[in-house]
Amino acid sequence: MAYSKKVVDKFENTIKEPEKFNVGRFDPKELNVGTGMVGAPACGDVMKLQIKCEPKGNTHVIKDVKFKTYGCGSAIASSSELVEMLIGKTLEEAKEIKNKDIAAALELPSIKIHCSVLAEDSIKKAIEDYESKQ
Amino acid sequence: MTKLHLPIYLDYASTTPADKRVAQKIFEHLTLEGNFGNPASRSHAYGWTAEEAIEEARAHIANLVNCDPREIVFTSGATESDNLAIKGVAHFYKSKGRHIITSKIEHKAVLDPCRQLEREGFSVTYLDPNEFGIITSDQVAEAIQEDTILISIMHINNELGTLNDIKGIGSLARSKDIFFHVDAAQSTGKVAIDLKQLEVDLMSFSAHKTYGPKGVGALFVSRKPRVRLEAQIHGGGHERGMRSGTLPTHQIVGMGEAFRLAKLEMESDNLRIAKLHQKLLNGIQRIEEVYFNGDLKHKVPNILNVSFAYIEGESLMMALKDIAVSSGSACTSASLEPSYVLRALGRKDELAHSSIRFSIGRFTTEEEVDYTVSILDQAVSRLRELSPLWEMYLDGVDLDSVEWQAT
Repeated sequence: MAYSKKVVDKFENTIKEPEKFNVGRFDPKELNVGTGMVGAPACGDVMKLQIKCEPKGNTHVIKDVKFKTYGCGSAIASSSELVEMLIGKTLEEAKEIKNKDIAAALELPSIKIHCSVLAEDSIKKAIEDYESKQ
Repeated sequence: MTKLHLPIYLDYASTTPADKRVAQKIFEHLTLEGNFGNPASRSHAYGWTAEEAIEEARAHIANLVNCDPREIVFTSGATESDNLAIKGVAHFYKSKGRHIITSKIEHKAVLDPCRQLEREGFSVTYLDPNEFGIITSDQVAEAIQEDTILISIMHINNELGTLNDIKGIGSLARSKDIFFHVDAAQSTGKVAIDLKQLEVDLMSFSAHKTYGPKGVGALFVSRKPRVRLEAQIHGGGHERGMRSGTLPTHQIVGMGEAFRLAKLEMESDNLRIAKLHQKLLNGIQRIEEVYFNGDLKHKVPNILNVSFAYIEGESLMMALKDIAVSSGSACTSASLEPSYVLRALGRKDELAHSSIRFSIGRFTTEEEVDYTVSILDQAVSRLRELSPLWEMYLDGVDLDSVEWQAT
């Protein structure tokens, strides 16, 4: 299958410069960290997304994000794309990010839409985890 | 050191480039100046010389596998040969019985005709391979029923390179008076085949896996004992009625030349390929957490199938864009299931998703293998740095104990 140049570039840049593209981890026990892990090894993709937030007014803002993804090229590109969308957003704004935004940004082929769905799920789970700690 | 041609082609089990000598031969049979005639034309010299070229090619093919040239039927490729053998025998002998034995690791060109026969009322037993990917004659013996008419087991598995015991299965089949078909698409030029010794009734061949052109293959149909087939393609009664259609002279002479060269060069090709295989194997073994699929001791050296744990095969192929390989990962195909062959071995799905098949051939060089090993190491470390599963493995987490939230 031919991928869009956007997927290929995103994937290659992410694996070449992982730190610049927010690959890594926070201590999941910290109170200002929310972790979301979705997918399963048997299905061929697992995404782990972590957000570090701080209170601002009556909401919380995402200050930093780390992720790790096991999966095909478009799964890795989708997580990396999502991470860029998240930094600086309030939790309310982050909840508004939909899989189709990620799919559109990367021009994902239809057979790979599930990768963007997984990315959307990972942010939902990370916010859920963060909110449960507050 | 010569300049590397990128991406490096390590997918010879999928198809091979035609040998230049083959390409030359093909070209000589296309144009007005060449031998372009219809081999079925009896009324003029264009037809006669084309027919001569066909018969010469047929003899080269028969010579490689030690059979009578009259036992070779040309087809459009191994897929058609498999279809003709399986459906042809089943349809011709359906009054004798309606049970067929095959295996779960066959090529789709065998499995899909079997599925079709099931729809027509035949019953099919699909044998599981052992953990090394091998079907034994004992397993076949246990599956035989009163009404078994055909056994179809591949010689070399295309994903693993493992070899089945077609000698043992052949004598078993012959002793029970059951027809035995072997898909040998991966075998020619890799291992010696002696059809005078083997008790095989039907054997499928492909040209383009042995440095010949695509779109042509052959089916060996034994004369002694005689096997009869119901033709699957009608229209003129070519190939003794078993396969109608004007013979594509240029493709057939290409196949003939490829098989002639295979006979001449098999030994030297194999020696060289075995050395390259060892080099590749040594290089890969230095990487942590790799699993070889299939039986290293009982396989051909041109295919090496490896699972790199905790990374997914398609992303590894993307990271290895300078190397052309194939993967058992589901993400490479339209289906969402990982390789059915690796699953049939009992490999966990995640290891099936992580597999890469390297296949080397006549034109692979030592430099290419060295380069492959060096960038493989880098790609695997990069993807593992990105993998939450690798992180968990390093933390000592048992992945089987995790409750995954699959969507």
